[in-house]
Amino acid sequence: MTGNNIQLDEHGRLRHFLTIEGLKKTILTDILDYAENFTTVGHQPVKKLPLLRGKTITNLFFEASTRTRTTFELAAKRLSADVLNINIDTSSAVKGESLLDMLRNFEAMHCDMFVVRHARSGAAHFIAQHVAPHISVINGGDGSHAHPTQAMLDVFTIRRHKQEFQNLTVAIVGDIMHSRVARSQIHALTTLGVPEVRVVGPQTLIPVEAEQLGVHVYNDMQRGLRNADVVIMLRLQRERMQGALLPSAQEFFECYGLTERTLAFAKPDAIVMHPGPINRGVEIESTVADGPQSVILEQVTNGIAVRMAIMAMTLGRHQGKDSDTQFEELD
Amino acid sequence: MRIRISNGRVIDPANGIDRQSDLCIADGHIVAVDNCPDDFSPEREIDAGGKIVMPGLVDLRARLREPGQENKATIASECQAAAAGGITTLSIPPDTDPVIDTPAVVELIHQRAELAGTAKVVPLGALTVGLNGKQLSEMAELKRAGCVGVSNALSPIHDTLVLRRALEYAASHDLTVLMHPEDPHLAHEGCAHEGTVSTRLGLPGVPSAAETVAVAETLMLIEQTDAPVHFCQLSTARAVQMVARAQFDGLPITADVGSYQLHLTEMDVANFNGDCHVRPPLRTERDRIALREALVRGTLDAICSDHQPHDPDAKLAPFCDTEPGISALETHLALSYRLVQQELLALPDLIAKLTIEPARILQINAGSLSVGAAADICIFDPEARWTVEPHELISQGKNTPFAGWELAGKVTHTLLDGRVVFEN
Repeated sequence: MTGNNIQLDEHGRLRHFLTIEGLKKTILTDILDYAENFTTVGHQPVKKLPLLRGKTITNLFFEASTRTRTTFELAAKRLSADVLNINIDTSSAVKGESLLDMLRNFEAMHCDMFVVRHARSGAAHFIAQHVAPHISVINGGDGSHAHPTQAMLDVFTIRRHKQEFQNLTVAIVGDIMHSRVARSQIHALTTLGVPEVRVVGPQTLIPVEAEQLGVHVYNDMQRGLRNADVVIMLRLQRERMQGALLPSAQEFFECYGLTERTLAFAKPDAIVMHPGPINRGVEIESTVADGPQSVILEQVTNGIAVRMAIMAMTLGRHQGKDSDTQFEELD
Repeated sequence: MRIRISNGRVIDPANGIDRQSDLCIADGHIVAVDNCPDDFSPEREIDAGGKIVMPGLVDLRARLREPGQENKATIASECQAAAAGGITTLSIPPDTDPVIDTPAVVELIHQRAELAGTAKVVPLGALTVGLNGKQLSEMAELKRAGCVGVSNALSPIHDTLVLRRALEYAASHDLTVLMHPEDPHLAHEGCAHEGTVSTRLGLPGVPSAAETVAVAETLMLIEQTDAPVHFCQLSTARAVQMVARAQFDGLPITADVGSYQLHLTEMDVANFNGDCHVRPPLRTERDRIALREALVRGTLDAICSDHQPHDPDAKLAPFCDTEPGISALETHLALSYRLVQQELLALPDLIAKLTIEPARILQINAGSLSVGAAADICIFDPEARWTVEPHELISQGKNTPFAGWELAGKVTHTLLDGRVVFEN
């Protein structure tokens, strides 16, 4: 429904990467398969591939982020692109220069790709609608709308542990309402054929008509985690303690925190995921976050490979098959 | 100037007229419908064969942006757009800058409108000083200066005691209160209907309850005070149902809807289309159908344009950062005419909701073709088809979600006090 046309070029290849919604299963699978090739780059003595040599990628971060920005930066650099990191203090951005003026300036510097993170839902779409035609836009997270690269690295991690999506039960726990990660995960999981996606949390943190997204809603942790193969914990922002969404962090942890006790409701071989950064003792207990079922750090590592794949696919689309050949020669 | 409009289908719901006839105008007034006096010698003859001759439209709500936001539009620019849309009377909400809470602002607006000379502008006074929701404005003074009703526009009145007293005081001066029902706490920072689309897009939502809670609160106060109230811009099925029930119970209530709410839904927001950012938000298909049915049943008395022209920058931002509103004067009549094409309303019933009904709500002398009335007339060609092109709009605001829509029905002439102020 959203951004479907704008994301693809006339040959149906990725031009931008803004949202998972509306992308076909084959495209998602292509990204996952392509990303497999990049997982070993980090282990090589020379951690570089020349796929995007001569390209300039600008990280436009209107919202603070260390991890996401760093993995995008690493991914770009491992593909030999030049990288500009621009952190824009939104308070000063709002005062003077408009978002579009700012974009025009970066366009004038001959950038090839913008990686955008912005506090407003739809910001990446807005930018994609207004950039010069040769520029690709990757959504690094927009408001509560989408964080598609995070979702792709999550399903990549799930696939590495669970192989098939067809029989899985995945539970996403916490602040679904404000979570762009959850929205993108739901689209990725349902598109890839996961039959049972659950969202678990108090009603104040579940968006209305969430079932329309293809999920089952649970307000109870025990029932929500029962027989789950994958448990994804979301970060709970501190500011959610205001505005009557929750009474306190303690009560939230008691009801929806992931502990050894609550994790036992899931399958014994369930994996535990978190998009980070984690709030120990708010949504997840340290023993679980650091425990044998946790794949949280693996997600971070996989994030680089998946982002490399997405960048190479969007920027390399004009080379068609060549990019694959180029890759094989180097492997 | 003496004008004869001949051969048109004259529709004047106020007088129950719908027939082929001539209309004669002299000295700014209508002197005859049907049989012009034998000695009537028109200086100008307008052949309205195949066209509809109706009272000029009375628009219950249009922002002209002056005073205060002349970068968006001016009284002169928007009165010209109104004439192009067949609208001869514009009622404007008090949320200008400065707010319409003193006679001086009313005078300024009247002067500018007279200077523009292409539409009549009737201001609504502020219900509270500076729309602060605390202190009653000098309503008697505002009425003397020419305000035809009072409203707090979109600014909330948090204190129900203030609201109660404002309703009572306005009623004492026989002023209709125009209420925008929106509970500020429930609406919070929302910018789209809270539902499937806001959930998918991660947009902060405005629940239907933001409207129904406010309607319920006001209804109880009307019951208490018997003060007449007009509800502006109803957007939900449930609110319409509550108003219908209250009307049935005999409460003095009227209500209107913005014409775009009858054609668009939350689904139109689905690509973060900032031109569809309106307040209250576009709601569900179910709501849209209910609004249409309420028009037929008469729960909704009037359709207004809810014109809100913007400068281009106002819409160039991520969805929630865009300013709400649609530039709507010039699509108002053709969009409303779609309801006739879709066989929802008979043409005379539609025209009533665009002319005499809003005039009655404001208790102003307009919206009819009575002999002796001011010759404010719209001539409309129902067969002419046109495509909405934003850059072709006369309004300074080009912000319309209807770009590219092919509409039937074009205004060919607009007369104001017997002068042709628009001709196409």
